[in-house]
Amino acid sequence: MKVIFFLIGISLLVALGFLVAFFWAVRTGQYEDEYTPSVRMLLDDDLPTKE
Amino acid sequence: MKSLSPILKTTPKTSCFHCGEDCEADHIRFEGHDFCCEGCKMVYQILRHHDLGKYYQLNQAAGATQKAGQKTTYTYLDDSTIRDQLLQFTDGKTSKVEFRLPQIHCSSCLWLLEHLYKIHPGVQRSTVNFLQKKATILYSEEQISLRQLGELLASIGYPPEINFEDLSTTSKPKPNRRIYYQMGLAGFAFGNIMLLSFPEYLGLSSETEIAFARFFGYLNIILSLPVVFYSGQDYLKSAWFGLRQGYLNMDVPISLGILALFSRSLFEILTHTGAGYLDSLTGLVFFLLVGKWFQQKTFHQLSFERDYRSYFPIAVNIREADGKEQAIPLDQLQTGDTLVVRSNEIIPADAEIIKGKAVIDYSFVTGESVPVRHPIGEKIYAGGRQIEGTIELRVLRKVTQSYLTQLWNNDAFQKKSEQGAATHLADRVGRYFTVIILSIATLTLLYWLPTDLNRAINAFTAVLIIACPCAVALSIPFTFGNVIRLLGRQGFYLKNIGVIEKLNRIRHIVFDKTGTITDPQALHLSWEGSALSPTERTWLKTLVDQSNHPLSRRIRQQLNDSQITAIKHFEEHPGHGIEGVIAGHAIRLGSATYILGEEPGSGPSEVLVEIDGKYRGRFQFRHPFRQGFRDMIHGWRSQYRFSLISGDQDHARAALQDILGPEATLRFRQKPQDKLDYIQQLKQETNGNVMMLGDGLNDAGALQSSDLGIVIAEDTNNFTPACDAILDAKSFTALPRLMAFGQQSLKVVYFAYAIAAIYNVIGLSFAVRGALSPVIAAILMPLSSLTIVLLSLGLSSWLAYRMGLRKK
Repeated sequence: MKVIFFLIGISLLVALGFLVAFFWAVRTGQYEDEYTPSVRMLLDDDLPTKE
Repeated sequence: MKSLSPILKTTPKTSCFHCGEDCEADHIRFEGHDFCCEGCKMVYQILRHHDLGKYYQLNQAAGATQKAGQKTTYTYLDDSTIRDQLLQFTDGKTSKVEFRLPQIHCSSCLWLLEHLYKIHPGVQRSTVNFLQKKATILYSEEQISLRQLGELLASIGYPPEINFEDLSTTSKPKPNRRIYYQMGLAGFAFGNIMLLSFPEYLGLSSETEIAFARFFGYLNIILSLPVVFYSGQDYLKSAWFGLRQGYLNMDVPISLGILALFSRSLFEILTHTGAGYLDSLTGLVFFLLVGKWFQQKTFHQLSFERDYRSYFPIAVNIREADGKEQAIPLDQLQTGDTLVVRSNEIIPADAEIIKGKAVIDYSFVTGESVPVRHPIGEKIYAGGRQIEGTIELRVLRKVTQSYLTQLWNNDAFQKKSEQGAATHLADRVGRYFTVIILSIATLTLLYWLPTDLNRAINAFTAVLIIACPCAVALSIPFTFGNVIRLLGRQGFYLKNIGVIEKLNRIRHIVFDKTGTITDPQALHLSWEGSALSPTERTWLKTLVDQSNHPLSRRIRQQLNDSQITAIKHFEEHPGHGIEGVIAGHAIRLGSATYILGEEPGSGPSEVLVEIDGKYRGRFQFRHPFRQGFRDMIHGWRSQYRFSLISGDQDHARAALQDILGPEATLRFRQKPQDKLDYIQQLKQETNGNVMMLGDGLNDAGALQSSDLGIVIAEDTNNFTPACDAILDAKSFTALPRLMAFGQQSLKVVYFAYAIAAIYNVIGLSFAVRGALSPVIAAILMPLSSLTIVLLSLGLSSWLAYRMGLRKK
């Protein structure tokens, strides 16, 4: 059962990873504009035309 | 989003390929497309040239009309002081700037503005915030200057809007990311502690399991530390601050709960006497933060804090002594300077016209949408917008000393946002709550103290823990936060949740007239005088056809079915009227002063008609009251008292007295300062329950000093003075219903309080006996919080549905 200590440690690390990811998302401003990305993703770029 | 109507309409008329407006018969054809004006064609050409034709594929007729043809100048962006204050960042080579682009309205705009680099290689990256109508642009200083960037945007139909306010030293509000960090941390800790506490709830017996329990306990402490000291610090600080000021706010009982939970848990875990209540603690903080986040709903596109600075330009053009024109920052404008104002620019200071035809639109100041023509030599007050051609003016007063801007020197503007989003109700409840809880806790302590010290302390802390007003503290944010959303959908935008509570206390409603209760979009025209023969109508139409004056155009529209004949002689007297000779008859049209030589009248806007030296009658212009205004007031009469303060003459007095009732006070010819004074006087008489409905800058003082200022906006993208709420003009007659909903929503809060009280009684019955186990707390607290959240959201939505606030 000692393995539980190890597993708990791993699970906390994984959770911590997600927390860090969340902080990163906030820090890079992803929560400041929740609308524009939803439109932007629908706009494709045309293939570059040859000059 | 742009409506699809231009495409669906099957009118035989051709519409502009760029902006979708109807084209005149002699419109421009270019590359197989129709354009309504040269401006639209130019934008099209630029986009074609840079291979950005996709703009038109994403949305048909995606552009905004360029008909007005105004050329905003951005020469002032070369000024280094202005530039430095506008730039968000610069290292000399690369700079970053954020522009407000009010023309942003559809996905084409988004696409085009984010492909700016295709038009100019100097643009490195551009990012659009659609709802805020802003674009952040990173550009290379070596390849493009800020001024060129502004001109580039203007040339493709997105002229940046740069205001005086952008220069003011007050720091721009930083995006509030703290709440996200706090919430994320609390949620993280909550989840993990719940998981780690689980074995404890199932009961542990064996040696190894007890070792686990200790290990988990220590982990829990580590996890909960940042929750208490980072996520929860605002509550602790606010409570401490309140106590130091000598009053009990809602955060006091919350903080008591947090501290009691934390110290008791710490004690239990460290002495190995129990598992503590850290899951309840972190859950509590997490729910509180979610509530706080929920109530902070903001309407990105709206601003409730604007003053004249966000309306006035950042720089003005003056003519130097040597005749050269130069752009200077607005605050450097001096008395005596010669100001050059182009079409569509705002006159920023009181001034006297010295050159050019002044046609001034005062709609943002007074709400009056018919532009006024001023002759040379006349004094013009700041705030109007020149709409035709270029004029020159001599500045009579500095910007801050002008007739209108003086208003902002009043004390009413100094006591800004005295309490923010906190509500009186929550604080009042918090006060009683703290007193009651502390007395119960103390009584419990005293009851057990003589017999069992351990149990006494146990019960004392348990009372503080279980009675923590989590549910009470959640009801207001969730109910009112939801109400703000629901009202926003109906076109009624509240500044914060404090406004909802204020709605309930209003007893007296004060209206502005022009633009508020009258409809600036509609202009009624009536003829008073002897009837005109069809021939005479033809003459009149021929004459007004020559003039561009807005009133002439309106008369022309009225004479729609008449013909136009030849005109021999035509002359226009700005500010007075027009005259001409048609079929040998001398016809004159104009003001009462011009035609009859009367004193400038006290009547409504009117145009008098004289044919062959004989006065025939007059056209009277009137903005009708908004549709449904009479019914709206009728339904309100039993609830409120009314007043009306108008800057106009009193020709509508009788009609208004009839609508508003005999007791209503009507005041006309009120200056902005008079309006402010009247509201302050009224506030003293009615004990602070005055609501003001206005629209223009001239109401700004009254709106600010009232208890609840509501601005009626024809277009919510436009400028609105500082206020507590903005009402879309389309929803004007729905206001009584919307207000009633806001008032009723208070009952939802009371109901939630009642439910919370039941939970508390159950919890307390365990607590006072000293029998509160962590499991009961861990079940009861999240359960009560969740119930309250669901109740608050559900009941307020149901109430909205019941009261007919359907989705539009």
